Amino acid sequence: MRVALFITCFNDTFFPHVGIATTQLLERLGLSVDFPIAQTCCGQMHFNTGYQRESIPLVQHFVEVFRDSEVIVAPSASCVGMVRELYPRAAAISGDKALIEDVEQLIPRVYELSEFLVKRLGVTDVGAYYPHRVTYHPTCHSLRVLHVGDAPLQLLRAVKGIDLVELPNARECCGFGGTFAIKNADTSLAMLSDKMRCVLDTSAEVLCAADTSCLMHIGGGLHRQRAGVATVHLAEILARTESEVA
Amino acid sequence: MPSRSLPMFPQTAKKALTNSQLRRNLRKATTTIRDKRAAVVSELPDWEALRAAGSTIKAHVMRHLDDYLLQLEASVQRAGGQVHWARDASEANRIITKIVQDTGADRVVKVKSLTTDEIHLNQALTKAGIRAIETDLAELIIQLAGEPSSHILVPAIHKNRAEIRDLFRQTIAQGQDLTDDPKQLAAAARHYLREQFLSAQVAISGANFAIAETGTICVVESEGNGRMCITLPQTLITVMGIEKILPAFQDLAVFLQLLPRSSTGERMNPYTSLWTGVTPGDGPQAFHLVLLDNGRTRVLADEVGRQALHCIRCSACLNICPVYARVGGHAYSSVYPGPIGAILTPQLLGIERAKTLPYASSLCGACYEVCPVKINIPEVLLHLRGEVTRHASPLNPEALAMRELAYIFARQQRYERAQRLARRGQGIFVRQGVINHLPGMLSGWTAARDLSPVPKQSFRDWWRARQKEGQP
Repeated sequence: MRVALFITCFNDTFFPHVGIATTQLLERLGLSVDFPIAQTCCGQMHFNTGYQRESIPLVQHFVEVFRDSEVIVAPSASCVGMVRELYPRAAAISGDKALIEDVEQLIPRVYELSEFLVKRLGVTDVGAYYPHRVTYHPTCHSLRVLHVGDAPLQLLRAVKGIDLVELPNARECCGFGGTFAIKNADTSLAMLSDKMRCVLDTSAEVLCAADTSCLMHIGGGLHRQRAGVATVHLAEILARTESEVA
Repeated sequence: MPSRSLPMFPQTAKKALTNSQLRRNLRKATTTIRDKRAAVVSELPDWEALRAAGSTIKAHVMRHLDDYLLQLEASVQRAGGQVHWARDASEANRIITKIVQDTGADRVVKVKSLTTDEIHLNQALTKAGIRAIETDLAELIIQLAGEPSSHILVPAIHKNRAEIRDLFRQTIAQGQDLTDDPKQLAAAARHYLREQFLSAQVAISGANFAIAETGTICVVESEGNGRMCITLPQTLITVMGIEKILPAFQDLAVFLQLLPRSSTGERMNPYTSLWTGVTPGDGPQAFHLVLLDNGRTRVLADEVGRQALHCIRCSACLNICPVYARVGGHAYSSVYPGPIGAILTPQLLGIERAKTLPYASSLCGACYEVCPVKINIPEVLLHLRGEVTRHASPLNPEALAMRELAYIFARQQRYERAQRLARRGQGIFVRQGVINHLPGMLSGWTAARDLSPVPKQSFRDWWRARQKEGQP
């Protein structure tokens, strides 16, 4: 199977190591990875901030770039959520019949990494080794837009050496919400402080999630407090193997 | 209602967030109700089917609202009631004031007051020399405190029992030896309210449901005070939004399962009162139904936004909302707080008067997940955000930045140039490998969060280098 990597602009620019880990993981599982290099941004920030018309050229660009891809996989629940949940609406707003059809064709081929591994490939043990105390934050869009369920936890539980501890009140939002963190900075912070308290209560050294955006938010707070908890994307944990560590 | 804009949500929220007592009260109350709701909902194997039925019935009613309203009017009249139509708040207040004045009463008892709060009825009655007494315990508490409601179902959720004890000792229980024991507090309120019930000539209620087929009004409540209101006085006035209609009696079978489990986390609420017009010699001998529009037909005209009218005021979305649970109801500056308020208030008032409310959400989707009639609140929030940006000046800094970014992101070459520029331009903000202070709009981020700088090599740089080396 040939997998087209949808890296997301956010990971491409700020967290390239998450893309590298995703590539290594997929190749280790015997898949051939392709990176359509013309890809840019899915338009989520525009759409969610109310600039829905402005997002339409980005939707068109995305559809063009991934037109011939067999399966499209992204290490981001929230950007996949944008494609799956909101592209049909962006297309409808555009009134462009061809775009509406293209989006319909595209959606069944787009996967978030954990759902691709568990639900499409049927793999839970990817042969990873990660000897750390880890807690997992299920991001809102992975839970309530993509409905990935416990796919990420199934993958983490199969990791050798991991000390996986449950995060209290895990399903509650961390307060990121894209431009929400800037427009409603105080409320966002109040949510963040409660999330950080829950993370610290687990005594984990690593906080893991399927979205770097939420990790950047929680990690930014933890780093400011010198809390000594690292934020690591799911792909990074799954990419690590025993031979590599040793 | 005044036609000025509501206060900005980020500012009202900021103020609320500093109130540590409020934060504690809200956390305790919302987590308790959340857990109770989750427990009773999980008992029902057909919960999702019930939600689907509720949503379908409501969508059907909205599509045929004109017919059902006329049917309801005819049914109520047939049963001996009178029906009044009110376009807006002032018309409704005029109608209600006139009905009360015609009875000669100078005092009314009230229950289920949300819709009357929306039209500021109590103030209108006071102006006409009529005293309105709230009889729902929580409504009474906030009325005595002179505060607005902060929750649809538990309007005094922001107050704890110690605060309520102090309030009662200053008002209805002066000179009494009162502790903060809930039993004692309830007894003090009961003593005060019984006198009111037994002497009131007129009652004013809201409505949970109105059955078009029969003209029956339904009110659900927990205390029994509502039942006293609707049975003891001679004249009963019910004020309801036009969207509260259900076609047939059997539809209650769906909604009386959805509502209590979603709102109080009970299998069934303690008091469910149903009445149809007037029964000679039993209960009120005059019944008036005031049907209120007040912006609702405008909401109905919006294809995406109209689902907000499906709301049955259970408040499950408030209790689950991480924003509401921290800022409380007053920050929303409306009788409809929380996620449902964030989509209902801007539509009822007009988007230009509540521009910050559609942004009062992190789009976490928890509200949609618990809504018993499946209102897709995140969808409506995004739709309303689109309305806000359409009405905003195209020259405001945010709009300019967004348009510029959309232009850059639409082409690979422009996007890659912007990546390089960001890497070079960030230099002045990076201190010891971290960004901890950003200017302008972005300062909200760095006020309490560090930011990692843009790394030297983007993913696509890595990919290109790898391709050059001839790897797969």
